[in-house]
Amino acid sequence: MRITEHPIIKFKRGRKVTIYFEGKPIEAYEGESVAAALIAAGIYVFRYSPRHKRARGLFCAIGKCSSCLMQIDGKPNQMACMVHVRDGMRVRRQKGKGVLDGN
Amino acid sequence: MEIDLLVIGGGPAGLSAAITAAELAHSVLIVDENPKLGGQLIKQTHKFFGSESNYCGIRGIDIAEILEDKVNKLGITKHLESTVVGIYEDGVAIASEQALRVVHPKKIIIATGARENMLSFVNNDLPGVYGAGAVQTLVNVYGVLPGKRALMVGSGNIGLIVSYQLMQAGVEVVAILEALDHVGGYEVHAAKVKRLGIPILLRHTIKSAIGNDKVEAAVITKLDEHWQPIPGSERELNVDFICLAVGLSPSYELAAQAGAKIVYIPELGGWLPWHKPNLETSVSGLYVAGDAAGVEEAVSALLEGKIAAADASNSIKENKYAQKLVETTQKELQEFRAGKFGKKIIEGKRKLYASLHL
Repeated sequence: MRITEHPIIKFKRGRKVTIYFEGKPIEAYEGESVAAALIAAGIYVFRYSPRHKRARGLFCAIGKCSSCLMQIDGKPNQMACMVHVRDGMRVRRQKGKGVLDGN
Repeated sequence: MEIDLLVIGGGPAGLSAAITAAELAHSVLIVDENPKLGGQLIKQTHKFFGSESNYCGIRGIDIAEILEDKVNKLGITKHLESTVVGIYEDGVAIASEQALRVVHPKKIIIATGARENMLSFVNNDLPGVYGAGAVQTLVNVYGVLPGKRALMVGSGNIGLIVSYQLMQAGVEVVAILEALDHVGGYEVHAAKVKRLGIPILLRHTIKSAIGNDKVEAAVITKLDEHWQPIPGSERELNVDFICLAVGLSPSYELAAQAGAKIVYIPELGGWLPWHKPNLETSVSGLYVAGDAAGVEEAVSALLEGKIAAADASNSIKENKYAQKLVETTQKELQEFRAGKFGKKIIEGKRKLYASLHL
């Protein structure tokens, strides 16, 4: 959900781009984090934990807690709160430990 | 790269330090992880009211712009989207997506801020449980709402301010929980949320979050005078996200890696680098400032950054002006802490100064 009107803040959103979450296109704006774009699209589960396969999402939003690790453009263990969207970016939920795919 | 001062972290403490040093004619490099300077000021939409501060009555977001503007005018070098990965005897390593660089600063100021505390309850790892600061980032920086109905845990200033800002953004804050028998934050902030009709439930805490892959409700409970949950007092609240505003802890890891002595002072947020009144740690030439030197406020972070930079300047090359700046700014900081809410910090710093016998 995005805020369209706010009493104090004027949101200066960047150019509209498309990112792909698990292959599905999602609308995002340049200058925003992957985490913000996903939550705006109603996606809250960013990964599943290695041992108990528990759903994990955003917690601190400032790159300190590692709750939001995702696979972004093939790279595992990327903090969705710190990586900013780029047009065409491919984002996947990380399942368990992040593994380099070797390509 | 040879520089006088390396500042790690571009929040209020770091920017204030960088500006102070540059004004004293030193070469300065600021490193920050984010694409934009300002640290957590960029999400503070409320007005500051530091009594002796130059920024009294100005919103945090605007303070960030004023500071960034000064940094640019002074021509201070910035490495954004970059992380200091290690401080070693023969150099400091800075990593970014593009490169790994080594710099050789004469002095270093660590202004890495703080991280949010977790709270122990059932399903506290469920998506939809956020640090209050995270919600502030989503709502105030990106204009994105994490839900429609919130539960706030903690009635300190952050809990109160974020509750108010959520209501401004159109979210219903169902309740603010406080384990103590009194509101933790400033009366002005408490009055604002009370006027909006948000109930502040004293002697209450969260027992569990409910939901499969996402918060769908929360169970709260009353506490007795020994902080124990009162059986039968549980209540389920219909909320779709939970904000934890239960304090912050200094981000001391880099200072620890650099070999600085780390001490535990509850009044200052827990583990932090030991430091002197001039903000120098147990490692000569390595300073700490802002929340990393004890969780406090943006105003004190600005002042601490100034003290650390002026002291570093004087120790690079002795100069009366920098010495004087250290003294006057220390006095200003003392005056800022003189109020009711500064007591804890003063006590914490007193313990800190007494805590290490090198």
